[in-house]
Amino acid sequence: MKLQIDKQTILLVGGVLALLIVSSVVGWMLSRRRGSPSFEATIANLNARTRAWWFMVAIFMLALATGGIGSVVLFGLSSFLALREFITLTPTRPGDHRTLFWLFFVITPLHYWLVATNWYGLWSIFIPVYAFLFIPVRSVLAGDCERFLERTAKIQWALMICVYCVSYAPALLSLEIPGYARQNGKLLFFFILVVQMSDVLQYVWGKTLGRHKIAPLVSPNKTWEGFLGGVLTATLIGAGLWWATPFTPLQAAGMSLAITLMGFAGGLVMSAIKRDRGVKDYGHMIEGHGGVMDRIDSICFAAPVFFHLTRYFFTP
Amino acid sequence: MTAALVAGLLKLLCGAQARWLGTAPSAEVRIYFANHTSNLDAVVLWATLPPDLRPKTRPVAAKDYWTKGRVRPFLAQKVFHALLIERHKVTVRENPLEGMLAALDAGFSLILFPEGGRFPGLEPRPFKSGLFHLAKQRPNVGLVPVYLENLNRLLPKGEVLPVPLLGSVTIGEPIRLGPAETKVDFLERARLAVWNLHLS
Repeated sequence: MKLQIDKQTILLVGGVLALLIVSSVVGWMLSRRRGSPSFEATIANLNARTRAWWFMVAIFMLALATGGIGSVVLFGLSSFLALREFITLTPTRPGDHRTLFWLFFVITPLHYWLVATNWYGLWSIFIPVYAFLFIPVRSVLAGDCERFLERTAKIQWALMICVYCVSYAPALLSLEIPGYARQNGKLLFFFILVVQMSDVLQYVWGKTLGRHKIAPLVSPNKTWEGFLGGVLTATLIGAGLWWATPFTPLQAAGMSLAITLMGFAGGLVMSAIKRDRGVKDYGHMIEGHGGVMDRIDSICFAAPVFFHLTRYFFTP
Repeated sequence: MTAALVAGLLKLLCGAQARWLGTAPSAEVRIYFANHTSNLDAVVLWATLPPDLRPKTRPVAAKDYWTKGRVRPFLAQKVFHALLIERHKVTVRENPLEGMLAALDAGFSLILFPEGGRFPGLEPRPFKSGLFHLAKQRPNVGLVPVYLENLNRLLPKGEVLPVPLLGSVTIGEPIRLGPAETKVDFLERARLAVWNLHLS
């Protein structure tokens, strides 16, 4: 997983930093304006989000600069924290305790180790096959049958979403694309940029133009205007970044569309779970955003699809 | 140094931060009383207090549990300064109240679990009378209700290895014994003060 830092990487980094500076300045100017309490609350939240973005971008760039292993560690930690938020919200019983211990301290680190060592044949089936079968076996040994299938299914689902799906993002670094050797850092950068820009732009379009609710029972803040505006603009941004990827402009647009649609689907599904559990956010770790899970819900759904599309069409 | 490290680790493990709802952290002598579901309860509550209050706050804990092995006595004596009490053979000579009153008089706050044992479940069981006697004999000490959530999932009864789930520590408004309040009324009011924090 050796990565090189080239001119295009520097351009990407510079672009993101410029965007953050512009957002901070605009947010600062908006915060000086007086308005209704709800307006001021929205602006305060916006600025908290921007501050958190500076932090997240710094961590992400630091991870990429280490040449691969840092990215695996970063996404591994994100998985760990997301899993912890997810299991906290999901009722388990004392009979699941030992299973959960395996989940946090054996299965998750082992899976990321397999990703780090680039052992595709094993990491791609380790959780769907081995961990999937191990979890009910470990739980059944505890001898508690109450709601057994429900508890087991929830633990398996948590592992698939928080660990397996998220790990597809750093796994992008291991794809061997002809003519793109040692440049995969830009592919991961492209993916994260498109998926997160889509989230941000859906928020911006929704806040400014949003009228028609798209899923009022699941996520009252999501609107058709936000969805269409966010998906279209994020797809255009993705297409405009084709020079940093192994794709043509049209291919980059298609990939970006797939990423943004899957990201939207992920946000919606993870919202339904929050709503069912009666909470607004998965946690409080990231100021303005909620928990780690609230920030990576779109990555969970977009990363596996983007990985496999790229692997199928662009690797021999 | 060790104390800061242990407190940091504990907070990392359960991601818990104290939510001070009815009162602010204060250096005055207090009794924190909470629901009890896990062996982690006392130490997590202790760890989420501000660093300057920790050395002045002693968890009241079971002697039989905290004197076993090598790690537990070290933690209890050197880190948490636990006030270890005899649970099973309460005699006139070993009346746990004496130790608690002495600690309060020496300027220490206490962390107390008035249910008298660990019980799974959200709602606290009826309280034992120790809290009432303390309130009666030291009427100036504020009694601070605390609700601990999810810690029994981190470390259920009978388990040794904890799982890193998110717990929460909610701290409410201090109560005091009313002038004409009976023991039963007071203990129930104290229990509800803890339970109501769960709902807030």
